[in-house]
Amino acid sequence: MKKLRGWLLRFKGLFAREARERELADELESHLQMHIDDNIRAGMSSQEARRVALMKLGGLDQAKEAYRDRATIPFLESVVQDLRFTLRQLRKNPAFTVTATAMIALGISASAAIFAFVDAALIKPLPYQDPPNLLFVTETTPQIPRACLSYPDYLDWKKLNRVFDSLDVYNQRHYVLTTAAGMEKIAGASVSDGFFRTLGVTPILGRDFYTGEDLPQAPNTLILSYGSWQKRFGGKQEIVGQSLVVDELSYLVVGILPQNFHFAPVEDAEVWTTIHAGGGCLVRRSCHSLLGVARLKNGVSTSAALDDVTRIAKELEVQYPDSNRNQGATVAPLSELIVGDARPVLLLLLGGAGLLLLIACINVASLLLVRSETRRRELAVRRALGATKLRLIRQFVIEGLVIVVGGCVAGVMSSHWAMKVLVGLIPADMMGGMPYLNNLGLNVRVLAFVFAVGASAAVVFSLTPAFRLSTLDVREGMAEGGRGSAGKVWTRIGSKLVVLELTTAMVLLVGAGLLSKSFYRLLQVDPGFEPKNLITMRVSAPRNYMEDKEAVALGRKVVEEIKSLPGITSVALAHTMPLSFNGMTDWIRFVGRAYNGEHNEVNERQVSSEYFATLRARVLRGRTFADTEDASKPRVVLINQALANKYFPGEDPIGQRIGDTELSPSSIKEIIGVVDDIREGPLDSEIWPAEYYPFNQSPDSDFSVIVRTSQGEESLIPTVSEAIRKIDSKINVSNQTTMTQKANNAPTVYLRRSSTWLVAGFAAVALLLGVVGLYGVTAYSVSQRTREIGVRIALGAQRTTVYRLILREAGVLALAGIVSGIGLAILVATFMRKLLFGIPPWDITTLVCVAAVLGVSALLASFLPARRAASVVPISALRAE
Amino acid sequence: MSKNEVWQGTLALMILKTLDTLGPLHGYGIARRIEQTSGDRLSLNYGTLYPSLLKLEQEGWIASEWGTSDNNRKAKYYKLTRSGRKQLAREEEEWNQTTAIVARFFAPLEHQS
Repeated sequence: MKKLRGWLLRFKGLFAREARERELADELESHLQMHIDDNIRAGMSSQEARRVALMKLGGLDQAKEAYRDRATIPFLESVVQDLRFTLRQLRKNPAFTVTATAMIALGISASAAIFAFVDAALIKPLPYQDPPNLLFVTETTPQIPRACLSYPDYLDWKKLNRVFDSLDVYNQRHYVLTTAAGMEKIAGASVSDGFFRTLGVTPILGRDFYTGEDLPQAPNTLILSYGSWQKRFGGKQEIVGQSLVVDELSYLVVGILPQNFHFAPVEDAEVWTTIHAGGGCLVRRSCHSLLGVARLKNGVSTSAALDDVTRIAKELEVQYPDSNRNQGATVAPLSELIVGDARPVLLLLLGGAGLLLLIACINVASLLLVRSETRRRELAVRRALGATKLRLIRQFVIEGLVIVVGGCVAGVMSSHWAMKVLVGLIPADMMGGMPYLNNLGLNVRVLAFVFAVGASAAVVFSLTPAFRLSTLDVREGMAEGGRGSAGKVWTRIGSKLVVLELTTAMVLLVGAGLLSKSFYRLLQVDPGFEPKNLITMRVSAPRNYMEDKEAVALGRKVVEEIKSLPGITSVALAHTMPLSFNGMTDWIRFVGRAYNGEHNEVNERQVSSEYFATLRARVLRGRTFADTEDASKPRVVLINQALANKYFPGEDPIGQRIGDTELSPSSIKEIIGVVDDIREGPLDSEIWPAEYYPFNQSPDSDFSVIVRTSQGEESLIPTVSEAIRKIDSKINVSNQTTMTQKANNAPTVYLRRSSTWLVAGFAAVALLLGVVGLYGVTAYSVSQRTREIGVRIALGAQRTTVYRLILREAGVLALAGIVSGIGLAILVATFMRKLLFGIPPWDITTLVCVAAVLGVSALLASFLPARRAASVVPISALRAE
Repeated sequence: MSKNEVWQGTLALMILKTLDTLGPLHGYGIARRIEQTSGDRLSLNYGTLYPSLLKLEQEGWIASEWGTSDNNRKAKYYKLTRSGRKQLAREEEEWNQTTAIVARFFAPLEHQS
């Protein structure tokens, strides 16, 4: 206890140094005076009295020194001295201090911000119980790697599997909520009874779904998300136990989900209901609408689970050859499904930010080297005056630490800001698919990351000059103007660092180049229609439009109303819009051809008669539908080029007939035309065979409207929405947007665009830092060689020769950086091949362009020092040193 | 003991005892008092006193305060604290024991039988 108190006081002593020194001086002074007084009283002369008193007090300085050692902790005291010295040095050199700190801050800021995203998406555990044991389970078809489960298949999987503690299913869907303000369409999901138990999530209020609550006879119940509860019901507890009108039916609210719960595959679902497998799609084994989530039994591996579900799928294939032919099974960690496409992009960005940080650190390290070079005399003097090597090294360590700490603090603060900006840049509907990014910010893991990076940077920064110190020769350092070998040593290390920097910059530039070119290629993809001047929106009509006749009438009315508005060229209806996804498929069979039960899976689209005209899709052969072709007329179908190529190679498909797998008479349709491929999925997806049915022959009360306008499509959105609502105020209109916006905000496009911009930004900064590094080395080398150059010029060297001398030196470095950079970049690019589109990782034009950019920048950077070298005046150069 | 040597531990003990006997006192006074008590057989290098005083203060056994001396000079006065008094008692006890033990070794032989 006493010990601790003593140490605390001594620690405190570190800070009140001046006051303490003054106090001791006062005390000693008063001591002396009293002693002198006594001596005079004893009869001494005043001079004698003082001499004796001083003698008796002993060496005044030794006394003070002993007192000081006792007053503080000597080691720390000298550390504080070093710290003060460092701060003074840094203040004297604001350019160096600001540059070094800013570079570290930049590197830290970029990498910490990106790391926060990586942390949120890939490191932070999902808000479920024991997430590693959760699997995503579903069926596959030869064409679709992750197809949906059918309800009967799900029940069989649940019963027959030996690897899951539990298996549940969900289905993303939309609900129409009747509120005081009218009908509102909200996101939601229907799930099997044990869904939340499988995830290990318990409602914070109310209860979970009962076992059996997903059966047809169960009452309608729902669970609300926390956000919806807060937003719509002000967080009132009484809402549990009350009824809401959803899809024009009464639903009892039974529970509220926890605040941190999210389930990305259904985006921001507000309402969770149970599936009621009473009819429709859910009773048919061939109708696939569900996705599975399973909890593994303890100790069962993912691959064992895959083997087991594959076994079940094979059994079902034998048992139900009609519906289950080629239906396989797949499992994946749930986290993979949730993070999905963001994973490679995030890792790429983290890599980019890491490289940028590396360059920044190298630059600071070489700045420190230059400084240690210019301080050789100071160091030699201190050494000669008795400073130990350790003490000098400690000086560098402290200097490195000060810079790193300053850079880290500034970096963390600006990364906080950078995160906000980056999150703000994500469009709202993208954010819905990435709920794990909510509450993104500085947390323990991000700070630990910064600490780790900062610590390693500090080690490097303090070791570089310290390493140099070991080669310091005191006598040589003291010699006036002595340069000798030391300058060369530095130039050697420094130039290696520059090559490393240029290599890194090259890798980043190539990455940015490849990504930009991929993005450009993606935008060049022909969607098969003209996306300009198109408005799209979703129309959901209430139950009284469910009957086919009413739905057809509604469709006609919608088209008619919109067409009567000014500025509208044409209007079309469709179940599923282009550029959304490949899926919603149909198994077709050809009349008059041998059939052995294979599944000819094609995209199935229901579109209105003006669909192709409105999209300006190219009809290659035959005709399109007429509006009059409804249930009263023979069934017809248009196919796309891909379907024609695949199933009618070298044949004329017009007039051929197709039907379902049983060729049931009602399913038989005649092919009346072939349309050029329209991209149904995202721009970077492949083209699937597709068939287009007349909307009027298979209508729906829930459909998309596509409107072509003569110009300024965005301003017409409100008018068009209003026209639809005017038909019936109970009709819900949602997702109003333009086709261009839809295309630009598509997840694939967004991910590519944002990663391209970010990597390009990193690359630009890297290029700048690398070039500045090259400039630094060349300029330093010139300054070291001023005398040599002076002699050369005095002896008759031409200015051009001097230019060549310096430029060659810099050129060798730049070339080394470019060559090694190209090698490394190709290697890196093969790792990110998934993110490239339409170009190989070794795309020659990109490599050549990037090399040219780097080469020209390097040339410019070395031209300035070269000009200085060439303009050296021999006389003054020789006199200067 | 030669005339000008005082080892650290003993010096601390002497300071504490001096303050115990005389009450608050400045450094110079303590030094003089120690010399006087020793009958001038002990010669103190006054400078060494101050690190000891600082140490005792850090241990919390003495406290200091600026005041005025008899001759109207400003001086820093030291006084014993409560824990200092306890410490002094402890050290006195220890010292007595030690000296008693050592004394036994130097006592005439017949004492042992």
